[in-house]
Amino acid sequence: MKTFRKFLFGLGMLAVVALFLVVWIALPWQGVAGLVVVVALWMLLTRRGRQTASVTRVGLSTLRDRIGSSSVVVIGIAGVVGVLVAMLAMSEGFSATLQSAGNDRSAIVLRGGSQAELNSVMDRDSANVVMEAPGVRKDAQGKPLASAELVVVANLPRKGEPGSDANVPIRGVSTAVWGLRDQVQIVEGRKFTPGMHELIVGTGARHQFEGLDVGKEIRLAGQRWTVVGVFRSGDVLESELWGDTQTVASAYRRGSSVQSVTVMLDSPAAFDAFKAALVGDPRIKVDVSTTKEYFSKQSEGLTKVLRIVGLVVGTIMAIGAVFGALNTMFSAIAARGREIATLRAIGFRGTPVVMSVMLETMLLALLGGLVGAGVVWFAFNGYTASTLGANFSQVVFQFRVSPELLWMGVKWALAIGFIGGLFPAVRAARLPVTTALREL
Amino acid sequence: MKYLHLIWAALFRRKSRTFLTLVSILAAFLLFGMLDAVRTAFTSGGDSVMGVNRLVVSSRYSIIQSLPASLENRIRSIPGVESVARTNWFGGIYQDPKNFVLSFAVSDDYLDIYKEIELPADQRKAYDNTRTGAIVGAALAKRYGWKVGDKIPLQSTIFPRKNGDKTWPFDIVGIYTPAKGAANGTDQSFIFHWTYFDEANAFTKGTVGWYIVKLTNAKDSDRVASAIDALSANSDHETKSQSEQQFNASFAKQLGNIGLIVGAIMGAVFFTLILLTANTMAQAVRERTSELAVLKTIGFSSTSVLTMVLAEAIFLLLLGGMLGLALATVLVPIVSHGSGGMLQLPPIGPGTWAYGIGLMVLIGALVGALPAVRAMRLNIIDALAGR
Repeated sequence: MKTFRKFLFGLGMLAVVALFLVVWIALPWQGVAGLVVVVALWMLLTRRGRQTASVTRVGLSTLRDRIGSSSVVVIGIAGVVGVLVAMLAMSEGFSATLQSAGNDRSAIVLRGGSQAELNSVMDRDSANVVMEAPGVRKDAQGKPLASAELVVVANLPRKGEPGSDANVPIRGVSTAVWGLRDQVQIVEGRKFTPGMHELIVGTGARHQFEGLDVGKEIRLAGQRWTVVGVFRSGDVLESELWGDTQTVASAYRRGSSVQSVTVMLDSPAAFDAFKAALVGDPRIKVDVSTTKEYFSKQSEGLTKVLRIVGLVVGTIMAIGAVFGALNTMFSAIAARGREIATLRAIGFRGTPVVMSVMLETMLLALLGGLVGAGVVWFAFNGYTASTLGANFSQVVFQFRVSPELLWMGVKWALAIGFIGGLFPAVRAARLPVTTALREL
Repeated sequence: MKYLHLIWAALFRRKSRTFLTLVSILAAFLLFGMLDAVRTAFTSGGDSVMGVNRLVVSSRYSIIQSLPASLENRIRSIPGVESVARTNWFGGIYQDPKNFVLSFAVSDDYLDIYKEIELPADQRKAYDNTRTGAIVGAALAKRYGWKVGDKIPLQSTIFPRKNGDKTWPFDIVGIYTPAKGAANGTDQSFIFHWTYFDEANAFTKGTVGWYIVKLTNAKDSDRVASAIDALSANSDHETKSQSEQQFNASFAKQLGNIGLIVGAIMGAVFFTLILLTANTMAQAVRERTSELAVLKTIGFSSTSVLTMVLAEAIFLLLLGGMLGLALATVLVPIVSHGSGGMLQLPPIGPGTWAYGIGLMVLIGALVGALPAVRAMRLNIIDALAGR
């Protein structure tokens, strides 16, 4: 009978933990703030609350004697939050870099079934059909605002690692590109001159590869090209080198063919008509998508993998940290056993004891969460990394430690603290006073 | 060894504390096992011992630029070259864009160079005699349920056929298994005739993505590599020859520094773990001060007390760590399977186990050292008096 009741009690505790986790995950920050206010008011206004406050104060004052074991809780949780936030920051940074390159107002057209620009080929006639399609915005001279583009991949040495080459994308663009991709700004030097062997480089590419400063010459396809400018766009395009479509095409013997056509639409609403016109055109076989769709699809795979890896690693580490916290708090309770029993003997109820142990653990956890999130924010916010993208070349992106991620990290920390504190707290409150007093 | 029961008793003196610590250690080594599998999956391409006498010859300027087929005979004539194979990237997908198939068009020498591809003799014969024949790795065949004799369509993301259709028909004539010592992922490829590819595709004619060169002696690799590159110097198709290991390593590097990320996570995990177990051990020894004093009183030498505490720490780590690694060994194939081929993790091998056990002993010694020294220096009289 006794074991059965014990079992039921354990089951009940697990249910409390599970319920807490479900509610906690769903809780927005307003809810958490409300909870904090309620607990604070309770501690100020009610008798039990004031008791809790004083017991907690006693507990915290003995913290200095337990500095070693308490720091285990703080550092353990800081580790979990740090790894979690760093992985998710990487995932978010990558997807933001790709997604901000796309929008609803422009569309990209590739050969049917190509998936990425690198795999696509379109001849000049098809490209012209696309540019003349209904729904394409015209500039002041009545020319379509469209860029027929070509992406080739070149090998360039990485910065700081001589002899280690990586793939860099080189994009040939039409002159209309400046109106079409208005996020692109020249930050140094000037634009390239069509017909010349001139390139402008993205800030990300310049950061990643050797010898891409203004005025330098590089060899591509056996020819000399001069870097004449540096551009910034705040998205994936920064990883690229740009030149004139025709010049790039002739250097790489592509004749008059291009790989993709990007057009500015009259309005986002014009997309359906534009797509219908091209899909229905028997002369060409193409895939049409808004640039927003195109770039989100490219970021999907890796973003998902990084997110899953981050969450799995974070969860396993969190389990380790929960047990570390349990260990610390159980021994803290054991060390303070007589003190707690004395409190209860002189009339303190169970609730203040439970609450004070919980509060102490969660304060330690909060500290750990802040340390972990803070370290990642200082070390990694804006940290530049690169990987292979859809065009089989380097995509440069930056870690993005957003406030949402920091908040998520703190929430994880508090959840670990809650579980790590709950069981020791309940044990402290349930220990028979007489046994505890007699214990040395 | 004769103190084993003493160590065991000390370890389980406080069951709940030992259990909690064990779970933390278990979690850490579970992560270690899984992350090491990820690391191996991304880097082991270069680890194949069989690749030492092979060179990869590709375009110097870009992986998307191809080389002329005429280069083959000129490479063959270089002394030290045993044989040469042509390879083209096909970029195949099966039925759905999500089902990417690692597919190559290769010339016949390829199968002779890659000894790690083990194909039954009758299937090899069938492959040689079938123009549209293809051989697939056992793991790949299993993934899509392909059998010998199946006719399957594979779509190329890059190359249309002459009629403009991008779906290429193939006959599966063989299923190969990787030989012992082959690089991880060897059994994931789809291999078919270069001649079929060259005749039927609409755009390129007589071009080769990269050459695989087999050397008679691996020591010649630098000399032969520069001799090959000299063949095309100052032409429009300059080449870059590197050993297969270098080629794979530079490719893996482009994916991003997986090793660094994995290393950073493991660093964070183990740092926390060391702190946690060190704390447990310190507590355990502090609690037992008088017991240790009694042991010393009845004649245990200081050294044996030191050894016992150290052994206890190492034992704790080994127990939790082995359980964690065992769990990882079970979980990794499940994760691999569950990802539907997206993530090909190699099973946890003896290498990871050895590395892991080394870490367990090291961390155990590290966290046990301070408490053990304290136990050794224990003054019997002070300890018994509770001072």
